[in-house]
Amino acid sequence: MKTKYEDKNISANNFEQCTKCTICTAYCPVVEVNPLYPGPKQAGPDGERYRLKEPMYYDMGLKYCLNCKRCEVACPSGVRIGDIIALAKAKNGPKIPKLRDVVLANTDFVGSVATVVAPVVNTTLRMGAVKKVMDVTLGVDHHRTMPAYASQKFTTWFRKEAAAKQREFERSVTYFHGCYANYNYPQLGKDLVKLLNAIGYGVNLMEGERCCGVAKIVNGLMKDATRDAKRNIGQMRRAVEMGDQIVTTSSTCTFTLRDEYEHVLGLDNSDVRDSISLATRFIYRLVESGQVRLAFREDFRMRAAYHSACHIEKLGWSIYSTTLLKMIPGMELIMLPSQCCGIAGTYGFKKENYKYSQAIGRPLFDHIEKLGVEIVTTECETCKWQIEMSTSAKVMNPISILAEAIDVEKTRELNK
Amino acid sequence: MAAKSKKEYDVIVIGGGATGAGTARDCALRGLKVLLVERKDFATGATGRNHGLLHSGARYAVTDQESAKECISENMILRRIARHCVEETDGLFITLPEDDLAYQSLFIDSCRKAGIRAEAIAPEEALRLEPSVNPALVGAVRVPDGAVDPFRLVSANVLDARLHGAEVLTYHEVENFVREADRIVGVVLRNTLSGELLEVRGRMTVNAAGIWGHLLAAKAGVEINMFPAKGALLVFGHRVNNMVINRCRKPADADILVPGDTISLIGTTSERIPFDEVDNNVVTPAEVDVLLREGAMLAPELATTRILRAYSGVRPLVAADNDPSGRNISRGIVCFDHAERDGLEGLVTITGGKLMTYRLMAEWVTNLVCRKLGVTVGCTTAEQPLPGSKSVPVSEGRKGRKEFVSLRAGAKGAVGRHGDMAEEIGIRSGKDAALVCECEQVSVAELRYAIEKLDATCLVDLRRRIRLGMGTCQGHLCALRASGVLSECGRTREQTLTDLASFVDERWRGVRPVAWGDSIVEAQFTQWFYDGVCGLGDIVKPNKAQEE
Repeated sequence: MKTKYEDKNISANNFEQCTKCTICTAYCPVVEVNPLYPGPKQAGPDGERYRLKEPMYYDMGLKYCLNCKRCEVACPSGVRIGDIIALAKAKNGPKIPKLRDVVLANTDFVGSVATVVAPVVNTTLRMGAVKKVMDVTLGVDHHRTMPAYASQKFTTWFRKEAAAKQREFERSVTYFHGCYANYNYPQLGKDLVKLLNAIGYGVNLMEGERCCGVAKIVNGLMKDATRDAKRNIGQMRRAVEMGDQIVTTSSTCTFTLRDEYEHVLGLDNSDVRDSISLATRFIYRLVESGQVRLAFREDFRMRAAYHSACHIEKLGWSIYSTTLLKMIPGMELIMLPSQCCGIAGTYGFKKENYKYSQAIGRPLFDHIEKLGVEIVTTECETCKWQIEMSTSAKVMNPISILAEAIDVEKTRELNK
Repeated sequence: MAAKSKKEYDVIVIGGGATGAGTARDCALRGLKVLLVERKDFATGATGRNHGLLHSGARYAVTDQESAKECISENMILRRIARHCVEETDGLFITLPEDDLAYQSLFIDSCRKAGIRAEAIAPEEALRLEPSVNPALVGAVRVPDGAVDPFRLVSANVLDARLHGAEVLTYHEVENFVREADRIVGVVLRNTLSGELLEVRGRMTVNAAGIWGHLLAAKAGVEINMFPAKGALLVFGHRVNNMVINRCRKPADADILVPGDTISLIGTTSERIPFDEVDNNVVTPAEVDVLLREGAMLAPELATTRILRAYSGVRPLVAADNDPSGRNISRGIVCFDHAERDGLEGLVTITGGKLMTYRLMAEWVTNLVCRKLGVTVGCTTAEQPLPGSKSVPVSEGRKGRKEFVSLRAGAKGAVGRHGDMAEEIGIRSGKDAALVCECEQVSVAELRYAIEKLDATCLVDLRRRIRLGMGTCQGHLCALRASGVLSECGRTREQTLTDLASFVDERWRGVRPVAWGDSIVEAQFTQWFYDGVCGLGDIVKPNKAQEE
């Protein structure tokens, strides 16, 4: 007998679409190395039923989730396992975050202070004694070196050196630079400006861009993350209304702006979501549709291995970067097997996670060393820190490689 | 008759439902030598096939004050003696726009007359307390309803009876009564697994066989006029509501939604069925429709929540003795002394009633048995907590909560199911802690405990003892893992495979009436997994054929 309930009984509760096939757990990088983590199926849809019964059934092991979302990529039923876990951590997990987590999570606040006194901070953070103190007092593992801060922020450089020139272009995009390009590695932002200018696009920045909030989300600072996200959505909306696409250089920022805002913070970003794109995807689409042509330096030679960061895997966008890189005549690009490097943003910095973080990345590190490549390329800045710390390779964002390989003059000519 | 032995007991209790188990416990606590006999497993009849509602009595207040008073009194007793089986959720009786709001004041007055706390609350307050409730409601009354796990309750009663010397035989069916002149002096039992016959002697025999008590009485040559009334229910995939939700109107179909453990239950329907359908009743599409339609009136979210399965049970309704037509059916407790009623000594019957009043029924019949045996010890079951509820649960108080949160999943599940008896489970190794049933957080150690201490003999028994296979996947992974543990506990290959096949069949039987949407996806995946991955397609098929 057919009733109206028949079509309705596809559950509206996403976790109930889990068929318990356990593929997510098979793909989870943490389960393999850490017996204290219950695995995505148990931590996500299984645990959710118990947490609904009584929040005390919250499993403390959930803190070991990397938020890599590889479980969601693997799930054949479209269950948002990673989101369920992230939300459970925020709702049922320990309420008072550790001082360390607050410091690690506030990448933009800490970054804007640190860049002012960068030489002092960088030297200090590299000192063995300081690392030991941070290990003991804060729980930041002493094996780690905090990322170095730049002495001039990207935004400062842009205002002084680049902003005026951008008005010469007829077409423009808005660049969401994120904390890493702004505070730690402004060269990435400069590379993007170079590349976009070469293909005839001017670059705008948002007014008062905030951190995308991913570090706050994973450290349970939902209120702060929501405040930043609302501000960013507002700013992105203005950019889109002006006719700009929003481009990014960080895979995690991209993924956060597009998906986490809605799924984890419950904010409506539907009017801007489709306009947010990784810069390589934006450029690839222009090239593919024939709107833009690229010319590369004839003397450029590179052998590099591409690492698909977890959130690129989740976005399904590695194809854009790799196809662009393969267009460079002097490029030999090797694909690394898609696996997590273990750092997962602030996760790997935490003392309790260090050993798991390294164990997760071990097969990847070994693979890189065996290939003997000097350059690994990936869109994720924290993967960069992890791989550079754990292997002898240097890690570059595909945008930086493209910026190095591009023949600016010829490209300009081609796109006139 | 090839009876093997003739053990002597003071009392033989027939029926392993709540009433039988409660009676065995009561008799044992009063110092009697007890044998409890069950033809299948504990709680396989009406006991395990209802809402698991800890009635406040409010539902009966308007129509049946006596039942209402019994309910609220037993409700308060169970909160004390069986706290690990009870969830103190409270309940709402909601009035929807199509209901008569005037009924509410009659309802509240009747509740108060029966001694049931009943307070009218504003619709907004009801929505705040229970966000899943139909937002169209125009009135609500809060009452002390709750949830009770009937499987746990029976298990705890049996365990306590055992601790006080009772013996227990499951999978033993009464073949016949042993009669000497006008006296029942024992029963001949047939082991339903081996076919072996066994004669036991008892000074008194208690018929606590629920609806099957009708047939049992006939074997003794006495007549009890019973009317099987089928009630169907649906199980939803998670806890939609945290308070019981009822309709504030005259009791009707599908107007109670109960949160129980990890799920929610909507029920019931009520339909008279013939005796030959008692052992094999199925939920019909029409019943599923009514349950869904009415359920969504209580909590609209039900319309888009995954349904796990459907099941039905049979209420043992008894016609009054002076009314053989069955028109004047009572839901109250019926206790017959067949010596007085039919001139047959040695046999008493306890029936009617409901899960809520099982303890009171046990008290009544034990009083009668004691009077007949000249025993003067009084009943203490209202005061003595059941095993599992003897001490304050670890999860209470600030420190306790913190400690509980830090436990691993399997240990948490065990505390939730066994209360203070969880200490007996003893997780000693990594393997002990490993989860057999992930949906319901059942560890290997808990499985062993159920086999060794709680009389579980097969997968279906394990489901009733420790919720194995009751979760979202309906047993597709855990059944295989549990089969492995059962094999380690001495089952043969053939036993294991037959057991597995009948378990998978039993699960499918419940899924079938609701096999669409997410449920059919799961069922197909299970089928593919057993057939394609495990190569077990052939063990399942013969049984399927039987069912068709």
